[in-house]
Amino acid sequence: MAKLPTSVPLLIDRFGPHTHTVPPGGWTSAEVPDRTVKTHCCFCGQQCGIQLKVKDNKVVGFEPWQDFPFNLGKLCPKGVKRYLQGDHPDRLLTPLERVEGEGFRRTDWNTALDRTAEAIRRIQKEHGHDAFAVLTGASLTNEKAYLMGKFARVALRTANIDYNGRLCMVSAAAASKKILGYDRAANPWSDIRKSKCILVAGANIAECAPITTEYLWSAREAGAKIIVLDPRMTPIARTVDLYIPVRSGGDIGIFNGMLHVMIERGWIDRDFIAKHTTGFEEVERTVKKYTPEYASKIAGVPASMIVRAAEMWGPAESSFLLHSRGIEHHTKGVENCMAAINLVVATGRIGREGSGYAMITGQGNGQGAREQGQKCDQLPGHRDIENPEHREHMANVWGVLESSIPRKGLSALELFEAAHARKIRGMVLLSFNPMVSLPDQRFIREAIERLEFFAVIDFFLSETARFADIVFPGSLMEEDEGTTTSAEGRVIHHRQVVDPPGEARQDWKIICDLAARVGPKDKFAFSSPKEIFDELRQASRGGASDYYGITWEKIDEQNGVFWPCPELDHPGTPRLYEGGRFAHPDGKAHFQPVEWRPAAEEPDEEYPITLTSGRVVAHYLSGNQTRRIGALVKQTPQPYCEMHPRLAEKLSVTEGDFVRIESRRGSTTLRALIVKTIRPDHVFVPYHWPLERSVNNCTIRAIDPVSKIPEFKICAVRVAKSAAPEDDHVKLAPEAGGLR
Amino acid sequence: MSELAFFIDYSRCIGCRACVQACEECDTHRGQSMIHLETIERRDTVQTAPQMCMHCEDPVCARVCPADAIKQTPEGVTQSSLKPRCIGCANCVMACPFGVPKYEAHIDQMMKCDYCFDRTSVGKKPMCATVCPSQALTFTTREEIERTRRGRPINEWRFGDEVVRTKVFVLVPPATTRVDVGLGALRAGKNGPHIRPVAKDDVAALLEDLP
Ligand code: SF4
Ligand code: SF4
Ligand code: SF4
Repeated sequence: MAKLPTSVPLLIDRFGPHTHTVPPGGWTSAEVPDRTVKTHCCFCGQQCGIQLKVKDNKVVGFEPWQDFPFNLGKLCPKGVKRYLQGDHPDRLLTPLERVEGEGFRRTDWNTALDRTAEAIRRIQKEHGHDAFAVLTGASLTNEKAYLMGKFARVALRTANIDYNGRLCMVSAAAASKKILGYDRAANPWSDIRKSKCILVAGANIAECAPITTEYLWSAREAGAKIIVLDPRMTPIARTVDLYIPVRSGGDIGIFNGMLHVMIERGWIDRDFIAKHTTGFEEVERTVKKYTPEYASKIAGVPASMIVRAAEMWGPAESSFLLHSRGIEHHTKGVENCMAAINLVVATGRIGREGSGYAMITGQGNGQGAREQGQKCDQLPGHRDIENPEHREHMANVWGVLESSIPRKGLSALELFEAAHARKIRGMVLLSFNPMVSLPDQRFIREAIERLEFFAVIDFFLSETARFADIVFPGSLMEEDEGTTTSAEGRVIHHRQVVDPPGEARQDWKIICDLAARVGPKDKFAFSSPKEIFDELRQASRGGASDYYGITWEKIDEQNGVFWPCPELDHPGTPRLYEGGRFAHPDGKAHFQPVEWRPAAEEPDEEYPITLTSGRVVAHYLSGNQTRRIGALVKQTPQPYCEMHPRLAEKLSVTEGDFVRIESRRGSTTLRALIVKTIRPDHVFVPYHWPLERSVNNCTIRAIDPVSKIPEFKICAVRVAKSAAPEDDHVKLAPEAGGLR
Repeated sequence: MSELAFFIDYSRCIGCRACVQACEECDTHRGQSMIHLETIERRDTVQTAPQMCMHCEDPVCARVCPADAIKQTPEGVTQSSLKPRCIGCANCVMACPFGVPKYEAHIDQMMKCDYCFDRTSVGKKPMCATVCPSQALTFTTREEIERTRRGRPINEWRFGDEVVRTKVFVLVPPATTRVDVGLGALRAGKNGPHIRPVAKDDVAALLEDLP
């Protein structure tokens, strides 16, 4: 029964989020650390190198790791303060079971594991294998991501496993795969520095991928022109050569319009197109009608801006496309990305130093997590779960019958829809916080409440874990060992720095323990993450993301290895598509014609304003981790509603007033932040907060038909000045969803 | 061997506060940040500006200190007040042209950035400049700056008739040779090195006014 066992304030009182500000031993402790361990930041997809200082088996501070080539010691505020999670008072230290009316009570590992195994068996016996689902995070190591896929398919034999990368990278991945053949950034970041024209589409790099700003700025010093597309003037947009305040959902207007102008003026590489690509004729036909004037209506910006963008991008000597969630979080997210990538391929400027393309991965292991087989449609090595050869390969690695491997299952949001419809009855969830991060929160909550059994593995009691029957205390990144694959496609090594505290266990051990109770025990007899990695290498062998030649030793020697790396003596592949060789069987890039279409919900008379959502630099994803770190909470304590002074005037709102944002699905009441740096027809709210402060009360459950990514970046709302909110949770601390 | 120096480039700052958070982690004053991040005027712009001690060659903060509590090292680093001497009069706070020292009431002492002396004196970079993701704060050699940046590093400031030279450099557009104003204009992005502002900071105006 997945219901809140007691009131939210009582749960928060015991499990937080509380803020923690002081390191173990206190600020003044000038003691020499026992050890300093080189590892990586546990947060975003940049995966910066960092050294953690250890004293008495606790992380007490950090020292920049200046030799790590990606970030050379640089860190954002999250990286600086990440070490404060380790000794946090909210940390889960024992397994818990829910007690109706009271909350949670401590239980022992065997009881918790047995109860979960029993629930899995009962639900699967009564309702079939697929009635039990597994949901995971994209912050997991490659080893854990691989293990979760195997756990679902081999132990539970359920088709229904998916991950929260579904909210992040899948549109970029699908588009890149369709046109270029691989789902990975085509270039290492070092190529950005050498580019002469950089197009940044829907990527608030300063807040979401801060280290990448230095790559942009050094390109700028070397004479690069930079174009930024965003409905808000983000910190990087402030000083670029061309900032285009595109309306959310209008990006295809810009891309197709630019290509239209480039074709007209002869700024495409016909030679390259003939030799290395297919499908350009249809793209050419499609963009014919996207004159700057027509495109400007779609994009909501002056036509001259589109022409100017084409004039900068078209004839450039070298060029680099960067995109992220701003164009991906749409019901046409895949098409947005394809239209952008068409621009790259049409100039033939890819697969070379200084020329290419990268999607900016948001989550820590957003790249690796989508390669190891924890997506509902995928087997390890980026293999297709419906492809008979791919299935056979995995059946051999796992030592099971091909026919026993489930087929394609439901994606993350669809899983909740199925739970709502009582088709999914039970769920295990690891490092995912849908009670903040999924759209249409009321519906998600109803779906969770309809589960007959719900188990959560996490190290803090997240907003979602509050609904669990059983909570397993898992491990922080620095308490386990394994690899992740950064936004660049670089596989790196997270070293174990300290042991999990109390009775907390490494996540992989929890999964193996559970698998031993419900599935073929011998298939989960791993004794270390390294053993799991070795099986992963075999599993990925011959697949698109081939890790076979990557070993932990090689990663340490080379400061990371880029996949594909098919043989032990192979150095890895930092740059894809060199010499115009693409990853499709015919070796060519496959252009995709793209027509613009409206969003699932466009503003109308009743709901006249476009709501868009995103991040702030101080917080990570659902905030389950960062809303507990005092210094980060102080930096951005609570969400706000950004609006232009003209809109504010129309609504009679002044700075600091409360405004109620209301969509067809729900509402949130927040303080207004009046800024000229946003389009007057849009409002923006950062999404890291729960309960009444969640922008996802308003967002829409519409998904892209291919990637199944939700349309976080656009829905229709009305906004009105409001009295101070009086909801049930307003008195909580800001980090917990209050406004105190 | 060229000397390492501190350079600030306001045009690069993204307002992330990694510098502020990292300063707090520096061993000599752990738990207390000595760098300030100024938000210029959030209503109008996203411009931000880090403000650290500029380490004046002839530090007026030290000159006005009646208790002789503020010392300069032979390397030209002006340090926080010496605890036993500082009488908490806050003369330094008022005298500093850059608004740097802060009187900390809870310890009754003036505190300010001391150039991460524990780090820089042993060849390490200051915390803030090491972590700054955009390298708006950089600790490097002048050669490296001239090789990799188009802005001109300057360390001469004019406040009316007063000329102040600082150990810390700021990057300004190549044509600028000295800064005749307070930090205000620089911070507001009017005088930054490669600030190539878009037509207007106001998105609405941008949408309407372009040809
Ligand atoms: S959150 Fe991202 S950018 Fe910040 S330190 Fe960690 S990995 Fe680097
Ligand atoms: S900047 Fe201010 S505090 Fe720093 S040395 Fe100069 S006068 Fe003193
Ligand atoms: S760390 Fe650098 S970019 Fe961030 S606020 Fe400080 S100076 Fe600005």
